[in-house]
Amino acid sequence: MSVRIFVPRDSSAVSVGADAVAKAIADEATRRAIPVAVVRNGSRGMLWLEPLVEVETPAGRVGYGPVTVADIPQLFDAGFHRGAPHALCIGPVDDYPWLAKQERLCFARAGVTDPLSWNEYVAHGGSRGLRAALAMTGVDAVAAVTESGLRGRGGAAFPTGIKWKTVLDTAADQKYVVCNADEGDSGTFSDRMVMEDDPFVLIEGMTIAGIATGATIGYIYLRSEYPYAERALMAAIETARSVGVLGDDVLGSGRRFELHVRRGAGAYICGEETSLLESLEGKRGMVRFKPPVPAISGLFGKPTVLNNVITFASIPIIFDRGAAFYRDYGRGRSRGTLPIQLAGNIRQGGLVEKAFGVTLNELLYDFGGGSASGRPIRTVQVGGPLGAYIPESQFDVPLDYEAYASIGAMVGHGGIVVFDDTVDMARMARYAMEFCAIESCGKCTPCRIGSTRGVETIDRIIEGRERGAQLAILEDLCNTMLSGSLCALGGMTPFPVLSALKHFPQDFGLGPDGLAAAA
Amino acid sequence: MQETQLQRVQEAVARCRDLPGALLPMLHAIQDDLGYVPPEAVPTIAKALALSRAEVHGVISFYHHFRSAPPGRHVIQVCRAEACQSMGAERLVARLRERLGIDFHGTTPDGAVSLEAVYCLGNCACAPAVMVDGALRGRVTEAVLDEIVAAAALDDENDGVAGGAR
Ligand SMILES: Cc1cc2nc3c(=O)[nH]c(=O)nc-3n(C[C@H](O)[C@H](O)[C@H](O)COP(=O)(O)O)c2cc1C
Ligand code: SF4
Ligand code: FES
Repeated sequence: MSVRIFVPRDSSAVSVGADAVAKAIADEATRRAIPVAVVRNGSRGMLWLEPLVEVETPAGRVGYGPVTVADIPQLFDAGFHRGAPHALCIGPVDDYPWLAKQERLCFARAGVTDPLSWNEYVAHGGSRGLRAALAMTGVDAVAAVTESGLRGRGGAAFPTGIKWKTVLDTAADQKYVVCNADEGDSGTFSDRMVMEDDPFVLIEGMTIAGIATGATIGYIYLRSEYPYAERALMAAIETARSVGVLGDDVLGSGRRFELHVRRGAGAYICGEETSLLESLEGKRGMVRFKPPVPAISGLFGKPTVLNNVITFASIPIIFDRGAAFYRDYGRGRSRGTLPIQLAGNIRQGGLVEKAFGVTLNELLYDFGGGSASGRPIRTVQVGGPLGAYIPESQFDVPLDYEAYASIGAMVGHGGIVVFDDTVDMARMARYAMEFCAIESCGKCTPCRIGSTRGVETIDRIIEGRERGAQLAILEDLCNTMLSGSLCALGGMTPFPVLSALKHFPQDFGLGPDGLAAAA
Repeated sequence: MQETQLQRVQEAVARCRDLPGALLPMLHAIQDDLGYVPPEAVPTIAKALALSRAEVHGVISFYHHFRSAPPGRHVIQVCRAEACQSMGAERLVARLRERLGIDFHGTTPDGAVSLEAVYCLGNCACAPAVMVDGALRGRVTEAVLDEIVAAAALDDENDGVAGGAR
């Protein structure tokens, strides 16, 4: 019997050499006449260990990482194909504390299975949610989503059940399900990982949405920066059609659901739902006025369920295990789990799925192991480029929607970008304005013009020209953007800017009281 | 635009014109094939979709992804977003500018390399990240970058622009 050795096909793993490692293992095994079957699994999300190679042994899967091609002969010498010790060995992967401490609902299969194997998907609990949903009425299915307490994971945290109910209750000859896979926030990659490492869970979640609300056509709007995810999705959708999950007769129910992938084109604003719909319709991604909400008048003017990848990927387990099972995770009005992404200057970066309520201290030090550079962590940005910079004094605030809102921060899509003490916060504030200027759809003046003025004003503050007056202008600008923008790009860019200014005034050449003392 | 290019544009147009919201898939099909969307293709696209040329042009120019001029034989996309910045992406940018003698949106005079900025490649835990001809690279050091540039400069046989399309 040949030994099964797993090397991830996830693009992060590939980006640090997984393809070459997979080939080197196969070649070396042939040379030594050791029967080996190399399986390309998904990633476990322990991205600092990638390429993380796992060997199947009678005592479970044993991990080695990060493995380079140069390590392969040595690994065979040491007997890694029998799970033997080696400097790179992390022991049984399932017991590895970083993983064992997590609560993986959405990401239960990621890294365990071959992402493109439908049989493995089913063997690990896949498709049970859809079967349960097919046995329910639309009203009951939507009620289950509401009871689960699930809120949208794309950023706005709107209750998913309410959205679905609106679509269900709106009569129309055609309804759509649209998945927002535009994942534009820096520091986020959980959507990408779902699509590459367990794509069937997204397909299943979207199909349930269609079945529950009466929508028969789905689109995944995928950002153009994710070619690996696109290939994985195309292959998975093809398989889903061939096994009868998608098509005219979903799992023999007589119900119809078809799914298509549409590629975005490098515009951050197309992550905003109405801009995304414009783009799907073949137009410039200009933000629409609301109302009407997409649930009533969405794609091509039809009722549309529009959710984030993680929202859809959370659906199958809710139907498989029941709404109460899911709701029992979390705290307050933040129910369930959140796939958190530890990124940037962090030693042990990757995907941490935990119930709401975990703190930055736990994430940054217990999971993250401190900064990658070994220097003190100075600040983190949570929730993408529109999220506030959080100082160390707030690292103990529990991560949930309400607790974060109360400190002027945002959970967003759960991305955490870590900076060490070499970061220059005036430059980061400047970047926030610059990014807004680059990505603005151009509809509102405060966003389009204000962001460019913001860059110029911060430049003057950095240079020390009339600091006091420029500061007043900057705060004024931020207030105008906050109140005069149609969407959160213009409306929330002030958050990173003002939080940087508030918590790190010295970087702007100011005294600790925020006054232009040094000017 | 050469004769063969026009033919390929027409093929892409024929393949996509009946899709709902056909314009983006059509532009992608053309750029995937030719490496860019030739301005001469705009009238053909506009006619097929019953749009004005200005409307088609407006869409092409709205999206950062679409190019109106052919790229170099190799395209290096550097992530400039926050997570990569926290790991020294700007040092990589400076290095590339110096090595290639061009800035973003530029192509080296020999047509070998184009330099583009991107804002997150979803590889933020293995930052800094770059994408070379559609292949993702992580934990990129200045030394790795030098190798990438050297490989791109050497590999001159490949004259198909499609290699750098994505
Ligand atoms: C500027 C901007 C960018 C956004 N980008 C994304 C994105 O990349 N992915 C996403 O799911 N939601 C994004 N959103 C939120 C969407 O507008 C929308 O709320 C979400 O997709 C709804 O799905 P959910 O309820 O499942 O979260 C963005 C919003 C704004 C204002
Ligand atoms: S705030 Fe900016 S991105 Fe949003 S609608 Fe207005 S101009 Fe467009
Ligand atoms: S910020 Fe560079 S890959 Fe995400």
